[in-house]
Amino acid sequence: MQGIDRRQFLKVAGLGGLVFASGLARGADSYMQAQDEFFFVQLSDTHWGFKGAPNPDAAGTLPKAIAAVNALDPQPDFIVFTGDLTHTTDDPAERRARLAQFRELIGGLKTRQIRLMPGEHDASLDNGEAFKEFFGQTHYSFAHKGVHFIALDNVSDPAGRIGDEQLAWLAADLAKQPKDGRVVVLTHRPLFPLYPQWDWATKDGEKAIELLMPYKNVTVFYGHIHQEHHFKTAHIEHHAAKSLIFALPAAGSVPKRVPVGWDAAQPYRGLGFRQVEAEPDEYKLTELPVVKA
Amino acid sequence: MNRRGFLALLAAGAAWADEPAPRVIPVTVHKFEFVPSELALKLGEPVVLELTTEDVHMGFDAPALGLHADILPGRVARVPFTPSKEGSFEFACDVFCGSGHEEMGGVIIVRA
Repeated sequence: MQGIDRRQFLKVAGLGGLVFASGLARGADSYMQAQDEFFFVQLSDTHWGFKGAPNPDAAGTLPKAIAAVNALDPQPDFIVFTGDLTHTTDDPAERRARLAQFRELIGGLKTRQIRLMPGEHDASLDNGEAFKEFFGQTHYSFAHKGVHFIALDNVSDPAGRIGDEQLAWLAADLAKQPKDGRVVVLTHRPLFPLYPQWDWATKDGEKAIELLMPYKNVTVFYGHIHQEHHFKTAHIEHHAAKSLIFALPAAGSVPKRVPVGWDAAQPYRGLGFRQVEAEPDEYKLTELPVVKA
Repeated sequence: MNRRGFLALLAAGAAWADEPAPRVIPVTVHKFEFVPSELALKLGEPVVLELTTEDVHMGFDAPALGLHADILPGRVARVPFTPSKEGSFEFACDVFCGSGHEEMGGVIIVRA
């Protein structure tokens, strides 16, 4: 495994914020030239239903983020939510109420193509049962303008495993793809052991990475850790998104995995969402705030 | 068994009898706490952690020490090990158990 040298990728964007451009492996130019350019938006860890000091505007942050996404011009081709749509509760009725409220809120997004996947807060206490009632399968794949997208579920098992059955599905799904095709994996937990001490890992994530390794152009977008993070396992890039409820500290930087405190002088600091532009030979990542400064 | 074999067996038995029984350290687990959450161990001293949950399925994971156990209701999860390096090693619950799971952990402190 290796960290990404940010200097290789970071450049200042004209509209403010940083653009992260991740290069794809070369050698498939003819294939890439056939791709259309497009962009999608990644939102993550909205934790609808959370109440607490780390975000005194917990009920207002997701609506503000939705307004910010709706203000994008042009609009994205589609929007992904990489898990923890709702904050967990032991009460199954309350879990469903939160999922229903979340569904109603995202009904306000202008872009109607929305891809959802669960986080452990949505799915780990009932093995994804309530999530499936509202949003369907927890793992699936779809194609968009020449890119093969795969949503992986590493949370319905409360122990944080993908499981052999889903891994077999992944192997069969990948077998239909050309080795030089573009593959994007969407998931909640990191597939690599980012910091297992804080449960920032997927127990059998290495099996998924092993299945993905023969494919030259693979990028993983995930959530869970409530902060931007970029990493490489061999040629596979892994990009974690910010949260829309509270930020978490960098792995191991503090004794306990507790939320970063709300800063009244800089509200929503550390929160945000991401725009991903799929260009013929790279992805450009732009981190966007909940509220413009 | 000849005499030589018998003596060898006796010697092995004596050596086994000299080894101290591992110290048993009970740890109870409930939402969202390990009790105790700080375990002080001596370098080289064999111990057995006996973990029991008072409510739901929990996990015990100390990745830096290579220790892991599923803690199931009604059962005792036994984790035998002998600390071979000094330091502080974090452990956490790695089975999602509800709001508060993220803060659920502790530390094993190994001293000479």
